[in-house]
Amino acid sequence: MSALLSVRKLSKSYGSRWGLVRAVDRVSFDIATGETLALVGESGCGKSTVALSLLRLIEPDDGQVIFDGADFGAIGATRRQRLRRNMSIVFQNPYSSLNPRMRVRDIVGEPLFTAYGLRGRELRARVEGHLRDVGLGPEHMARYPHEFSGGQRQRIALARALALEPRLLILDEPTAALDVSVQAQVLNLLRGLQDRLGLSYMFISHNLATVEYMADRVMVMYLGRIVESGPVEQVFANPAHPYTQGLIDSIPSTNPRLRNRLKPLGGEVPSPLNAPPGCPFAPRCARVMDACLAAIPPFESIDDTRSVACLYPMEQEADS
Amino acid sequence: MSEAILKIRNLTVDFPGLGETVHAVRDCSFSVRKGEILGLVGESGSGKSVTAMACLGLVPPPGEMRGSVEIAGRQVVGRTHGELMDLRGGTAAMIFQNPGSALSPFFTVGRQIVDVIVSHQDFARRSARDLAIETLRLVHLPDPELAVDKYPHQLSGGQRQRAMIAMAMACEPDLLIADEPTTALDVTIQAQIIVLLRELAQETGLSILFITHDLGVVASLCDRVAVMYAGTIVETGPLPELFDAPAHPYTERLMHTVPRLGSGKTELAYIKGQVPNMAHLPVGCAFHARYAHASEVCRQRSPAARPLGGARIVACHHTLGAPHLREVAARGAG
Repeated sequence: MSALLSVRKLSKSYGSRWGLVRAVDRVSFDIATGETLALVGESGCGKSTVALSLLRLIEPDDGQVIFDGADFGAIGATRRQRLRRNMSIVFQNPYSSLNPRMRVRDIVGEPLFTAYGLRGRELRARVEGHLRDVGLGPEHMARYPHEFSGGQRQRIALARALALEPRLLILDEPTAALDVSVQAQVLNLLRGLQDRLGLSYMFISHNLATVEYMADRVMVMYLGRIVESGPVEQVFANPAHPYTQGLIDSIPSTNPRLRNRLKPLGGEVPSPLNAPPGCPFAPRCARVMDACLAAIPPFESIDDTRSVACLYPMEQEADS
Repeated sequence: MSEAILKIRNLTVDFPGLGETVHAVRDCSFSVRKGEILGLVGESGSGKSVTAMACLGLVPPPGEMRGSVEIAGRQVVGRTHGELMDLRGGTAAMIFQNPGSALSPFFTVGRQIVDVIVSHQDFARRSARDLAIETLRLVHLPDPELAVDKYPHQLSGGQRQRAMIAMAMACEPDLLIADEPTTALDVTIQAQIIVLLRELAQETGLSILFITHDLGVVASLCDRVAVMYAGTIVETGPLPELFDAPAHPYTERLMHTVPRLGSGKTELAYIKGQVPNMAHLPVGCAFHARYAHASEVCRQRSPAARPLGGARIVACHHTLGAPHLREVAARGAG
């Protein structure tokens, strides 16, 4: 599989009164055509900064974003704008990401008008098609966002994101604001669209169960760095980084008989302002050694598909 | 069966509006026993938060509250503000979803806990401060002697939630009402808070009414669960029995919609349709439009709550109809 999107050493820092916050620190990854890459981690780990830097909704300090062979940082504004049509985003909260004063047909039609100058019957037909893709009908076109439920609003946001027929969709916690009973509908819809349209997804979430359902590969982020990456089944069944294990052990099981398996990680994410000198996870790690406190562990591959940033990765069970 | 700390009978909360009335809570009955953690589960708009607020007489105007709510034997409905102030923070305390907005940004954590203590107990401020430090220690806030002088913004989200729990525990309440206290937190912090609440219930005999939409949290924390749908309780029962074999079709469907780690790429189930409009509820059972096997009686009559054996109660016409439920009934009778 060739990479549709390549990200190399992406970095973004924010200056503050108290010092520099490294929100994203030399993050590199690839997404292939038709693939779903998930990005997981706790709040403040830099997931959303990565997403927004890809679209240049925030300008990264350093690093390359290469889409389909073209380096975003090296091309002119016009070409960049045209290339941007290939990437789109669905935000977490469909209650704030849709303009309450616009009708559904204008919300979905605006990108088509802006990019291609479509109007009239032609525009209407396109909008209708995109709404049909997400399971909404022509009767919804003249309505306003407040007339829809959360799940339907997220469908509208998705139709808008699909309007320019992008090849890569960034999904920033797309179901976090929805009830479980409708969350599944939106996730199933996303999977169906991916199969039909050959889309690539970057799926950002803190819910590991939905990540397992959606993604092919997963990257775990901690304090602005990637600490583990690999195929989703392998990483979740056999985590190599103690932080990944900690995240898994923190999920409350829906089986009351397994309640004693809940093993919270101690402590909290340290402030990025005074991150410890060694491994950023060391203060919370049960397996910490002296060497962990000395230097940041390099992000290295442990086999063909998996990488981890840990000096003493957890034992990998041999395939049985 | 030990005594009930919280006893709710036929609680109804209406919000009259322009031309229509929203029936937020409809004829709810359940109780929380001493030392018990009861999970109240439901989706957004099911009326679980309004029920929680009603327990402390906090239904905002123009809400109207009817029925009976007793906390440690004292009636809440129809009480004056002054009488309720004694109850709130004393016998029963509440913690909220967002500790950032529930704590005052203008006062130190210690000052806010001391305020609670001196308003309910005969304490001088100086000794109340020592008690505040002790309560912060009880909830495992690191360095309680320093934390007591910090402002909420100087604490992390998880620490703030611990501070809020400390404030609620300061007067050793009999009942803690927790309205989605872990929803705004990361999973790792959520797990810490679950373990803390378990510990507090075990060590102090505290009863907890725990409101959540997360079935995983219920399974990890609660002794018993009440499932709420469209303003009413559709099913109650102890764990793990209720999770093993839910009796109400809504509970059964809801459990299937939860994505679980380890189930891979199996297609996720969902519940068709939407929660009904609480101002225009359908005739009959509120769930019938979303239930594939709904029959004539579901469309005509609202089902009454009835016992199912094994301390379980369900409000459904069909409980014994579906195959997976016959087993439950058999077990309940046996």
